[in-house]
Amino acid sequence: MKRKSRINSNTLLLLITIALFIVMYAIGCVIYHEKGFDHLQTFLNILITNAGLLCVACGMTCVMLTGGIDISVGSLIAMDCMILAYGMGVKGYPCIPLLIFVLVIGLVFGLVQGFLVGYLDIQPFIITMAGMFFARGMTAVICTKQLSITQDANALFYSWANYKIFLPKFLGYLNSKGKLQIPFIRPTVLVALSVVLIIFFVLKFTKFGRALYAVGGNEASAKLMGLNVRSTKLKAYILSSFLCSIGGICYSLNTMSGSVQQAVGLEMDAIASSVIGGTLLTGGVGSVFGSLFGVLINGTIGTLVNTNGKLLSSWANIATAALLCFFIILQSVFALVKERKS
Amino acid sequence: MSSQKWGAVVGFLKRVVKMKMFLPFFCLILVLLINLIKSPGFFSIDIKNGVLFGRLIDILNRGSEIAILAVGQTLVIAVSAGTDISVGSVMSLSACFCCMSLAGYGVSSTNTLAIPMILGILGGILMGGICGVFNGTLVSKLKIQPMVATLILFTAARAIGLLLCNNQITYIRYEPYKYLGNFIPGCPIPTSIFVTAGVILVVAILLKKTSLGLYIQSVGINKRAARLLGINSSKIIFLCYVICGLCAGVAGIVASSRIYSADANNIGLTFELDAILAVALGGNSMAGGKFNLAGSIIGAYTIQAITTTLFAMGVSTDQAPVVKAIIVILIVALQAPVFKTWFANRSLKGKSQVKETVGA
Amino acid sequence: MEDQILLTMRGVSKTFPGVKALDNVSITLRKGEIHALMGENGAGKSTLIKVLTGVHAFEEGEIRLDGFDEPIINHTPIEAQKRGIVTVYQEVNLCPNLSVAENLFIGREPKTKLGYIDWRKMNKLSRELLKRLDIDVDVTQTLENYSLAIQQMVAIARAVDMDCKALILDEPTSSLDENEVSKLFVLMRHLREKGVGIIFVTHFLEQVYAVCDRITVLRNGEFAGEYTVAEMPRFKLVATMLGKDVDDLDSIKPEGCESNCDEIAVEAVGLGHKGTIKPFDFHIRKGEVVGVTGLLGSGRTEMVRCLYGADHAQSGTLKMKGKVLKAKAPIDSIKSGMGYLPDDRKADGLISELSVRENIVLALQARQGVFKTLPLAKQYELADSFIEMLHIKTATRETPVSQLSGGNQQKVILARWLCTHPDFLILDEPTRGIDIGTKTEFQKLILKFASEGMSVVFISSEIEEMLRTCTRMCVMRDGEKVGEIDGEMTQEIVMSAIAGGEEK
Repeated sequence: MKRKSRINSNTLLLLITIALFIVMYAIGCVIYHEKGFDHLQTFLNILITNAGLLCVACGMTCVMLTGGIDISVGSLIAMDCMILAYGMGVKGYPCIPLLIFVLVIGLVFGLVQGFLVGYLDIQPFIITMAGMFFARGMTAVICTKQLSITQDANALFYSWANYKIFLPKFLGYLNSKGKLQIPFIRPTVLVALSVVLIIFFVLKFTKFGRALYAVGGNEASAKLMGLNVRSTKLKAYILSSFLCSIGGICYSLNTMSGSVQQAVGLEMDAIASSVIGGTLLTGGVGSVFGSLFGVLINGTIGTLVNTNGKLLSSWANIATAALLCFFIILQSVFALVKERKS
Repeated sequence: MSSQKWGAVVGFLKRVVKMKMFLPFFCLILVLLINLIKSPGFFSIDIKNGVLFGRLIDILNRGSEIAILAVGQTLVIAVSAGTDISVGSVMSLSACFCCMSLAGYGVSSTNTLAIPMILGILGGILMGGICGVFNGTLVSKLKIQPMVATLILFTAARAIGLLLCNNQITYIRYEPYKYLGNFIPGCPIPTSIFVTAGVILVVAILLKKTSLGLYIQSVGINKRAARLLGINSSKIIFLCYVICGLCAGVAGIVASSRIYSADANNIGLTFELDAILAVALGGNSMAGGKFNLAGSIIGAYTIQAITTTLFAMGVSTDQAPVVKAIIVILIVALQAPVFKTWFANRSLKGKSQVKETVGA
Repeated sequence: MEDQILLTMRGVSKTFPGVKALDNVSITLRKGEIHALMGENGAGKSTLIKVLTGVHAFEEGEIRLDGFDEPIINHTPIEAQKRGIVTVYQEVNLCPNLSVAENLFIGREPKTKLGYIDWRKMNKLSRELLKRLDIDVDVTQTLENYSLAIQQMVAIARAVDMDCKALILDEPTSSLDENEVSKLFVLMRHLREKGVGIIFVTHFLEQVYAVCDRITVLRNGEFAGEYTVAEMPRFKLVATMLGKDVDDLDSIKPEGCESNCDEIAVEAVGLGHKGTIKPFDFHIRKGEVVGVTGLLGSGRTEMVRCLYGADHAQSGTLKMKGKVLKAKAPIDSIKSGMGYLPDDRKADGLISELSVRENIVLALQARQGVFKTLPLAKQYELADSFIEMLHIKTATRETPVSQLSGGNQQKVILARWLCTHPDFLILDEPTRGIDIGTKTEFQKLILKFASEGMSVVFISSEIEEMLRTCTRMCVMRDGEKVGEIDGEMTQEIVMSAIAGGEEK
């Protein structure tokens, strides 16, 4: 039996990513040892702050698998946060209906974008760019001020945001003051991790999931093999916007505020996480676990910049952009090499 | 008799609609008309404090940056069927680089310049050019989709700008620096109009006097054929991105001069949308190929007119993109293949008889 | 039982705007036979297949399939698949990023009781299926890790598993090497034994005689005959495809003028491009017209592309007027005095939305460089002179070239190259799809250029044309230059050279 080596360029990309994360985290532990970077809680904090991003990145991965892209996510999150902040903080609406409303908004948003991309064959970039400006503008239409959600406004939402889920005691450690710290996570982390698991399952074990890969691999073939390419694309964009809304709720629980300038550039973080995690821009290859590592790398960069304290926060943006650039070039070089071989 | 007359009118209208400048002019006139009805004083132009004053002048003045960006964006869309979405951020970076080099690193406000003003301005424009080189390399050499390639600078350029200005707004309180974005003493016309005219002139001459325009269209329409007849398409694509970057640099300097400062977070915000919308309104296809520079420029001023109108109606800067985003979607949806074939089928039915006589 | 008819298409006609692509074409496919569908470019093979599989609608005729009482009409390829008519194309229509097993089962994956995909069952079924067909691959591997031949076999396996009765192979062997082709043939014979009817579209004569039972020949969109392989010697097959009666072959006398000049214009030694054309030698004298002949897909286009530098030659040297030319891109060839009128007018030649004038001056402009723009007056003059000289029928010189008819578009591209006054001009099928009058004009023009000292390489599917114009011919077969015909040339000699093989 002729067996070719199992490590192809795609797995190689993923391995580079995982190695990169480990190296980056290890360097952080060595340099910022005194600041407690090597504590378990630091790692958990990365998950807590990036729970929203993780949901978004999962949706982004699904869209990118079809060979598309969705750059409206950052603005959509801003809009979601604003709806929640305005609804609870200003209008005093109850929290559950508002959350459902936000999720429905996500579905509708995705439906429109997906229809335009899938059924009218318009470049996804232009559509989602318009979507990006639309959502950001709508945020301003709702309210131009910076709003926050206080305990008085909605006690239920507030209690969720501050709820700590403690890990088992033996994982505890003594902090610098010698006090026992038991590491904890927040509910958002559970939400985000279950999104990862569900999407993993969907991608691996459902017809729809495999159709996403097929459409990204070769659209014409997928069509000839009897798959409905248009509806697959439509569903991908709906899924992305829906997951983005879930991400928006996580984001809101994290920040407890809403403003026009919220989550600016988050689409870039999501795309970067996905690409760093091994999703090909041309579609057809990628996994949510790769994206999980992408998000972790992204979060580590942010945490490193924050822990340093002296660096400006824009360094995190630049580092992410540089990493994205690096991985895109890597992908492109692999593709060119492959083309030359055949 | 009357039906014949109608036929002639309909025929004339059809021909007008088919003209390539129809869409840009139609939109511009529509926006102006709405304004005229809403506020009759719209077209009045006065002289106040020795300078021209009025809504129209304001549109021409404020529309400068969009017009300059639209010039570069038109070329990029024509040659690569993809847009450069980094222009707004590159504007901001150019402005920051210019102000930083004029004021010196870390200085937040200055009355004296560290280096001659012209050097700073050229440096800023050059910075735009460098961004163009970066984008162009990714697109033409590494064959990365234009929008993804420019997405990198879309985020990073603004962040780099913030770094250059040490996370603060750098003010250049030096009178001549304000000239570009405002007025030169003694001249009643806003300087930015001259700058825009200059940029358009340079690019127009470049397109007319060299064969660049022909090359760009050839590459945009049929890359394979262009290669076979001796055009180096990756070089042409690269060049277009560099020109687009330079245009963004100039626009950034003008925007910075208006507020005599570099505000990394706000200069050029959402301008990429305006620039792309201008090109689309100019009647250019998002799929590349033949382009119409004049159309894009009229498109740019139309956008500004829309923006001004929105502001006059009490819409804030942050809210205006909602309307523009809807317009973009409408235009690209009308350009969608589905509708195109539908239109083509409709006109084919009418034409089939005519074609047979012309053919052979 | 052997001769049971599986599929018939009778009297099928299909018109595209302005062209009758199929005119009263019939084909009959029996169970357990491999049926070759042959014809030159534009004969209507691919249109016929597209009509059969529902990509195009047809106007007249009927399709009957075994098991259906009424004539059937397929509206989409998927509908055709459901009825058991499956096509496997040259570019494999599978998803290279998925595993072999998935490619076999996508869209109809086996599911567990809970409704999700049962990978274990899918892999097991795949293994069994491929084992039955003697295809030896690891089904869990990604498809793109395997060669094109394996990918094609997987596509065929998918078709077989979907109860395919009629399998259409559309030029499956074009990019396979000999070893892979023989593997494919083993599979095809295997399927034949199982009673599958196979329509095999190819232009390799060898392969037709290796596996096929019956041949249907199309010519210019018309049915030219159905034969068994036994009753159809190679030579007769080529004659039928090209539309010649074997009896009246000698009627055309070569009109090509001998070149008196001994100066060699272009010389290639061992030039080759991996995967498309094996290394070949070639030379042409000043003022000579050399034909390159061979069936479609024999490597004639690939050979001239290699000469022109459109495909970068990986071996050998090319000398132009005694000087070694290393062309990195076509512009280098143009600068040294070459011109190339490509075979695929639409994809490689026209810049469709630009005007006639712009299309004419483009190559000259490219040679001059971007900064030395031709003055507009000069462009008008050039355009007008060529419109007149070549009788290009166009409303104005500013008419978009897409509005012209095919022949006139071809003339525009010819004018583009004449502008540059090339020393060496390659014309790849310049006369395809244009009317007789224009064809004669083209031939006269070629002779005129040659008499003015231009060296011309001329490719045409019509042998008479080449006989009238060429002084020498290179013969191509299966991606290789197999010989040259010099001196006495008749259609018979040329055709037997093209056909090859032992018998005449």
